[in-house]
Amino acid sequence: MSDHWTGRLSEYIDGELNAAERAELEAHLAGCQECAKTLEQLRHVVARAEALEDRPPGGDLWAGIAARTDAAAGNAAVADLEEHRRRRGWLSQRRLSFSLPQLAAASVALMILSAGSAWLLSRTGGPGSETLGPSAEPGASLASAPVASGFGVAGYDAAIAELEGVIEESRDRLDTATVRIIEENLMIIDRAIAQAQRALAEDPASIYLNEYLAATMRQKLEFLRQAAQMAGAAS
Amino acid sequence: MGDARLAAAGDPQAFERLYQRHVARVHSLARRMMGMEDADEVTQDVFVRAWQKLGSFRGEAAFGTWLHRLAINVILGCRKQLGIRRERFVDGERAIGQLPENPKGAEAAIDFEAAMELLPDGAQQVFVLHDVEGYKHEEIAEMMGISAGTSKSQLHRARMILRDYLDR
Repeated sequence: MSDHWTGRLSEYIDGELNAAERAELEAHLAGCQECAKTLEQLRHVVARAEALEDRPPGGDLWAGIAARTDAAAGNAAVADLEEHRRRRGWLSQRRLSFSLPQLAAASVALMILSAGSAWLLSRTGGPGSETLGPSAEPGASLASAPVASGFGVAGYDAAIAELEGVIEESRDRLDTATVRIIEENLMIIDRAIAQAQRALAEDPASIYLNEYLAATMRQKLEFLRQAAQMAGAAS
Repeated sequence: MGDARLAAAGDPQAFERLYQRHVARVHSLARRMMGMEDADEVTQDVFVRAWQKLGSFRGEAAFGTWLHRLAINVILGCRKQLGIRRERFVDGERAIGQLPENPKGAEAAIDFEAAMELLPDGAQQVFVLHDVEGYKHEEIAEMMGISAGTSKSQLHRARMILRDYLDR
C-alpha cells in the first residue's frame, strides 16, 4: 500500500486525475491488493452517501414557521400602514380624538395575561407540564388566566370591536388602497392569532405560545389604533 | 401562477405548500450538517429566511434550487455563528469507533448518517456537500471560503473515516 496513491484514490473515483496520473494509478492498483481494496471501500462509501434518502422532520415545524412569518408580516403591516399614512401627510393632521383608555388597559391586561400564564406554569410544574392544572381545560390558558386589571379578554374584545366600528364607519371616506392595506393586514394578523390559538389548544402550557398570542393581540390593537386614527383623520 | 410567485406576492397558503414540498430535503440537509438536535430549529430558520427573501427570487432557477442554496448559506452561517465544534468532533475516528457495529438492512442508512454526524467538522461539511448533495469542489470552496484543494483533502479524509466504519 502506498500513502501517495491512497491519498489520490478519491480524486480517481471522482475523475479528477489527468490521463497520465490515471494510468499510473491503475498500474499501481494492478499490483497492490491493499490499495485496490481501499478503492472498493471508498466506492462503497460514496454509493452509500448517494443512496441516502431525504426524511421529513419527526414533528410538525410549520406552526413555528407560520408564527414567525406571520409575526414578521404583522410588523411589516404596521410599518406599511405607517408609511402609507406618512405619504398621505396624515401625520400632520389631527390625531384620533377618542383616546380609548381601554386600549392602554388592554395592552396592560395582555401583558399581565402573559405573566399570569407564566406564573400559573411555575405553580403547576413549569414549562414541561402538560396542563395548567387539574381544572384547566385544553386551550383555556389565555382565556381563563386571572386578570388583575379586571380588563381581561372581554375588555380586549370590546376595544377591538370599538376600533373596528370606527374604521367601518369611515370606510367610505377612505381610499381603496388604504382599505385594501387594512383588510389584508388584519387578515394576516387574525390568521396569526387563530394559529396561535390552535397551537395553544394542543399545548396550553406553552409559555412561548401564550406570550406569542398576547403579543399578536397587542399587535392587532396597535394596528387597529393606527387604522382608526387614519379613519378619524379622513372623517 | 406557481406557488413560488404566489408566495413571493405574500400568499401564506402558497408558502405552506412550498414548505410541505421541500421540508424533507431542507431538514435532511440541516440534520446532516448541523446534527439532529439543531436540525428542527435550523430548518425553521431556513423557511423564515426564505419567506423574507422571496422577493429576491426571480425565477431564473427552480425554486427548489434557490431554496437549497439559501439553506446551505443559512446552515453555514449558523455553524459559524455557533462555532459548532463539539467535543465528539475533535477526534472523529475515535468517536466513530464507539458507534455500534455497522448494521445491515433498514437501519443501515440511519446509522450511516449517525456516523457522518461524528465526522470532524470540515470533513463532515465537505462530505455532505460533495457526496450527498452533489456540489463540485470549486462550488464548495466558494461556499465555505476554503480552497478547492482543501475541499478535496477534507473529502478524502471523511471517506477514509467512513470506510473504516463500514468495514467493521
